Amino acid sequence: MKLYCLSGHPTLPCNVLKFKSTTIMLDCGLDMTSTLNFLPLPLVQSPRLSNLPGWSLKDGNAFLDKELKECSGHVFVDSVPEFCLPETELIDLSTVDVILISNYHCMMALPYITEHTGFSGTVYATEPTIQIGRLLMEELVNFIERVPKAQSASLWKNKDIQRLLPSPLKDAVEVSTWRRCYTMQEVNSALSKIQLVGYSQKIELFGAVQVTPLSSGYALGSSNWIIQSHYEKVSYVSGSSLLTTHPQPMDQASLKNSDVLILTGLTQIPTANPDGMVGEFCSNLALTVRNGGNVLVPCYPSGVIYDLLECLYQYIDSAGLSNIPFYFISPVANSSLEFSQIFAEWLCHNKQTKVYLPEPPFPHAELIQTNKLKHYPSLHGDFSSDFRQPCVVFTGHPSLRFGDVVHFMELWGKSSLNTVIFTEPDFSYLEALAPYQPLAMKCIYCPIDTRLNFIQVSKLLKEVQPLHVVCPEQYTQPPPAQSHRMDLMIDCQPPAMSYRRAEVLALPFKRRYEKIEIMPELADALVPMEIKPGISLATVSAVLHTKDNKHILQPPPRPAQPTGGKKRKRATEDIPDCKVLKPLLSGSIPVEQFVQTLEKHGFSDIKVEDTAKGHIVLLQEAETLIQIEEDSTHIICDNDEMLRVRLRDLVLKFLQKF
Amino acid sequence: MTEGLPVPSAGLAGISSLTMDPECSQLLPALCAVLADPRQPMADDTCLEKLLDWFKTITEAGSSLLLLQENPCLVELLCHMLKPQDLSSRVLSFSLRLTGVLAAQEDCFQYLQQGELLPKLFGEAGPLGGAAWTSPAVRSGWIQGLRSLAQHPSALHFLAHCGAVDTIFSLQEDSSLFVASAAGQLLVHILGLSMQGPAGGPPSLQAGDWPACAQKIVGHIEESLRATATPQITQALNVLTTTFGHYHDPWTQVLWVQLSPLVAGLLEKDPVPAAHSLVDLLLSVARSPGLSSSSCGLWETLAQTLSHLSPTQAGPLALGILKLQDCPQALRAQAFAVLLQPLACVLKAMAQDPGSSGVPDGTVGDSMTAGTPLPSKAACVGLLCRSLAHLELLLPLPQRPCPWPQAPLLGAAVTLLQLCGGSARPACDMGRHLCTLLLGCVRVQRAALDFLGALSDGTGPRELVTQVFAVLLEYLRSPDSSPTVLKKAFQATFRWLLSSPKTPGCWDLDPHALLFLRDLLPVLQKRLCSPCWEVRDSSLEFLTQMARHWGGQAGFRHALLASEVPKLTEQLLRDPESYVRASAVTAMGQLSSQGLCFPPAGPEHHGGQQKSLLVELLHILSTDSEGFPRRAVMQVFTQWLRDSHADVAGDTEQFVAGVLQVASQDLDWEVRAQGLELALVFLEQTLGQPRSHCPHAVTPPVEAPVGPLAQALQPLCRVRLFDFAFRALFDCDRPVAQKSCDLLLFLRAKTASSSGLQESRSSPDVASVEAALQRWQAGDQAQPLGDLEPEVVLAVLRSLDLEGLRGALAESSDHVEKSPQSLLQDMLATVGVLGENEADCY
Repeated sequence: MKLYCLSGHPTLPCNVLKFKSTTIMLDCGLDMTSTLNFLPLPLVQSPRLSNLPGWSLKDGNAFLDKELKECSGHVFVDSVPEFCLPETELIDLSTVDVILISNYHCMMALPYITEHTGFSGTVYATEPTIQIGRLLMEELVNFIERVPKAQSASLWKNKDIQRLLPSPLKDAVEVSTWRRCYTMQEVNSALSKIQLVGYSQKIELFGAVQVTPLSSGYALGSSNWIIQSHYEKVSYVSGSSLLTTHPQPMDQASLKNSDVLILTGLTQIPTANPDGMVGEFCSNLALTVRNGGNVLVPCYPSGVIYDLLECLYQYIDSAGLSNIPFYFISPVANSSLEFSQIFAEWLCHNKQTKVYLPEPPFPHAELIQTNKLKHYPSLHGDFSSDFRQPCVVFTGHPSLRFGDVVHFMELWGKSSLNTVIFTEPDFSYLEALAPYQPLAMKCIYCPIDTRLNFIQVSKLLKEVQPLHVVCPEQYTQPPPAQSHRMDLMIDCQPPAMSYRRAEVLALPFKRRYEKIEIMPELADALVPMEIKPGISLATVSAVLHTKDNKHILQPPPRPAQPTGGKKRKRATEDIPDCKVLKPLLSGSIPVEQFVQTLEKHGFSDIKVEDTAKGHIVLLQEAETLIQIEEDSTHIICDNDEMLRVRLRDLVLKFLQKF
Repeated sequence: MTEGLPVPSAGLAGISSLTMDPECSQLLPALCAVLADPRQPMADDTCLEKLLDWFKTITEAGSSLLLLQENPCLVELLCHMLKPQDLSSRVLSFSLRLTGVLAAQEDCFQYLQQGELLPKLFGEAGPLGGAAWTSPAVRSGWIQGLRSLAQHPSALHFLAHCGAVDTIFSLQEDSSLFVASAAGQLLVHILGLSMQGPAGGPPSLQAGDWPACAQKIVGHIEESLRATATPQITQALNVLTTTFGHYHDPWTQVLWVQLSPLVAGLLEKDPVPAAHSLVDLLLSVARSPGLSSSSCGLWETLAQTLSHLSPTQAGPLALGILKLQDCPQALRAQAFAVLLQPLACVLKAMAQDPGSSGVPDGTVGDSMTAGTPLPSKAACVGLLCRSLAHLELLLPLPQRPCPWPQAPLLGAAVTLLQLCGGSARPACDMGRHLCTLLLGCVRVQRAALDFLGALSDGTGPRELVTQVFAVLLEYLRSPDSSPTVLKKAFQATFRWLLSSPKTPGCWDLDPHALLFLRDLLPVLQKRLCSPCWEVRDSSLEFLTQMARHWGGQAGFRHALLASEVPKLTEQLLRDPESYVRASAVTAMGQLSSQGLCFPPAGPEHHGGQQKSLLVELLHILSTDSEGFPRRAVMQVFTQWLRDSHADVAGDTEQFVAGVLQVASQDLDWEVRAQGLELALVFLEQTLGQPRSHCPHAVTPPVEAPVGPLAQALQPLCRVRLFDFAFRALFDCDRPVAQKSCDLLLFLRAKTASSSGLQESRSSPDVASVEAALQRWQAGDQAQPLGDLEPEVVLAVLRSLDLEGLRGALAESSDHVEKSPQSLLQDMLATVGVLGENEADCY
């Protein structure tokens, strides 16, 4: 069993598991932090961005000044943003049989895999995962395609040149493999390869293994996966949450008794408690709005935004913010808000019960009804006529490199009355803000990450007790900035195995058993013999038939002339193809009784020696030696076959045969 | 009548009526019959308690013997208890206790002895041997009966004779904790009684010569102390603790000298059994004035105990030792080291250079860290919290250890807070482990913040004080601080700001504190917007405290006015949570008093906005659905009136009239009572009398009011103060009526000496007012009094029996229902003996 690790990002995993005869890809996350190296794509021409000075080498060489621009001491690539793909060279991806998706954030690289690697398998995911995943992809494609950029920089990627660049460009990994965003056509084609699954549904893969998605409690339709054969069980835990938010709670019980538990997608901000952060978010939002400022919340169009809107729904009246408009701007805003209301079966119990009342499960429906929350596909169009300040705007993309957020950053960045509140934990907010510096607006970092923290992981592992834990290397040591926080790492026994990008792990357990079916008529023919209380044995002669990873014992072909009336045993012996079977022996030889028997049969001068493993019976007169050990008996005599056979028969008298 | 008991003497009846009124005497036989009847269950045993209390009062005031002779039904009741029957355990228990109360007087005891009633009730023949004994109530009644009875030498003989002491010994192990504890108490009492000596003279100081009963008890204690079972040792220690707490005669020293080797012997066991009880005993002995501690080896025992007990057990002992007035210095040092030990461990674990913690480690081993692996989280947290609480208790005491390690303790508190908050940077494994244990621990955070606040009374090196403010700011900022932790952080911050060094001759904050304030105000702004109402509330309280202390100081004013805090506070007047609104009202009242409401935008806005606050508060007073904000408004208004706030001073009469009118309609009595407080302030200001030290004291005025009285009373009439006060006089809530009564008495006393006003006692106005007041008293307050003339007011004031009313109001509201007669009637009524329930149901 091997694990091929194609992604180095612990929360955007992409691993391939080779288990039995199957090749299973676990998630295909897309690392979008690479876009932070690029200049933002403004929706409308930004004089500030277009007038940024080109970057030149220390010696004054300015051959890169078209590709690289400098802003407040940072250097950015002036080109269409590109993404860092999972490793494609480590394993031939056309051999991947299935891809299991755990949540909509972990499928963003799917079109790159399904459309460009020769992949011909099936993708499994839950319905909300596909639908919301589609929205995220659609938004991404839309954000990038609607601002076509003529220039595509590639010179800087040359290894010799990259070395000369300042950080972080210098340290960017695998820049040659960075790719532009996929097209909507590719998205549609990729999504068409997905097969819908429901929680606890058992899916047979070629008869070899069975995969089952379980609720992971993190997002709508998010799943952990159980991959099991008859005798082995691998759990894949990715992006799980034990907090009570909108999704169905996490199913922990089904993870028990795993041989291997692959653990990814823990919280990215282990020191921030989501409750505290939500409080912080509300306080800062109110503070800004009360002072007449605007609040910008860069966010994804689905996920935490539902919880934030729910908190605000409870908070705005109490904070006297009822008259403040909330805007949600995204090409998929409408779909996201509406989809969330129709996936009732994927929601937590409280929200499910609302559906029967019937009420919309999320209160943002009421916010929309009362005009407190308005949503727009883009800031062009209706929005510009409705726009009223002070206001709160939720919009993408959290990287601040594309999407409507770029416009608001340019618009509001100059006033200290305004605040940008970062809630998504995927991007470093300081890096995200770098191309907007100098910035007068206030920046608040309230990352809300509901995924498991290390305390919860420790409890989970105690509860489900896997034999082995495999996780990204980042989880096996405290974060570099907080090296003293020994609590911020996975602590389990035996220690977790760690992996990093482009590594192949041999998982530490061997398959020892395989299940074989016996045909009824063959089973009927068995004559079990009890050799110990509770343990019976029977010999079986059959033909092993293997097809589609299923093994079946079938009765052997009958001989041409049936020998009716004879004992069954004879019948088997008569089969010409089969070798004559020696009976199997069991039991142990009591030395004293054996010696007595020997004496009875005329052997004298018998000596018994104890050895480490058993006994040696010496027949000095006959110059013969009988070595009796736990699992073997040897009779050593000098070319006296008659004697040997006599002795053998005496030994056999003490053993059971079948 | 029971055989053997003498017939009551009729000649004494006249005297006994002093203790029990005839109505009760009449009801008593019926009640006794009910109690004796097993078919009439007493549902409510609080009645029996009250009944017993009543008998106690009677017997304390008079002769029990006479009571029995007067009321033979009582003896009958007691005799009835001896008959085999299915009696309720409550009644049996009551009877045993009543017997004890009665037999406390020796003559009554003898009387009951004659009838063999006592041995029958308390001996083997009584409930002791019967099925009723399985009820804890009966066992408890038996003990309490004996406890009451054991007051005289005859009782001692009786106890010895009937073998009660052995039963008490066994009851010490009773399954009911109450019974077991009472048994212990009774043993102490009997020991004390027997040591008083038959003639009241001092008993022998030789233990061998002590009375047999005392020897028996001491012998039992000795035996228990030698026992291996912890419960037995605990009982013995508890009995001794009570003994040394109650009796300080010379014999107690003899007792201690005799028993101390056994007590010290307990320390040799591992673990020390009954450690808590042992600590209690040793402290009780040490505090006893009857013992000369130095002569009987107590200090050595204490020192030994300190070093033998675990840190958790030794903490209370150490604190107790440090509180002792006279105690050897070495022992105090040892005790202090025990208290400091956990904090010393924390400092050591976090020190870059081990061994430089600065806290005296003392002689005890490294007990918190002793025994690897480290103690569990619960043990570590418990120990730290206790240690902090003990040190905090010690801090204000005059006998606290000197020198007080202020700086290391400050360092320890700061370090603990950093550990809990995750900002500490431990250098060693021990520190890292501690970090993992304490991270996010709210209990330790609360205890450490309390302790840190308490430490603000002392000074500290500047560097440490900077750290204190830094850690406080960290807590105030942290989104993870729980509301209670945040509240304590605010409290500690305020205390530290108060203690920050002041420039001589200037009450303003020192430059460092002002710098801190600059960081603090943005945090406060954010907290005022918190979604958690507790946080908003404690932020407002903190703001009010700060404004009260530094509102007049330029530095503070400048910083506050430059911030958004006043504006946000004003917005919280409309908070959905009533507590927050109330705190916002108080805060705005305070800010407004000091001109801190709004930044000085311009003179034209200033007045307008200030005015609107008055309007806004009046609006809250008249419309807010919750009581707390309305009460807060009344307090602010009263304070404004007292301080002659600019808005109020403009047209005081209109202000007072408006407020009183709204307050009189309020459903919350506290608002109405506060209205009277405001009326009193106005009255004092109007009559020109400086406010007396006690506002409600009815003292004749030292001098006559300035100007003619009528003129002085006119404003009071104009604001309809009397309408309000008279209405309040008949308020259904007693505190309001009392306050109004005090106010009117105060006014009457002030006007008494004045002769400048003609009273119109017989005018038709007076008559109509009096008629209206009578209707009001009867509950019909619909009709207003209308405009009153000062003369009419004075006349009415004099005609009212205010003193009488005050007397009636001073009686507790249940004084009628509390009478014994009412009690007896109630008890009879519940079982339906009385045809009609005449008693009040309450």
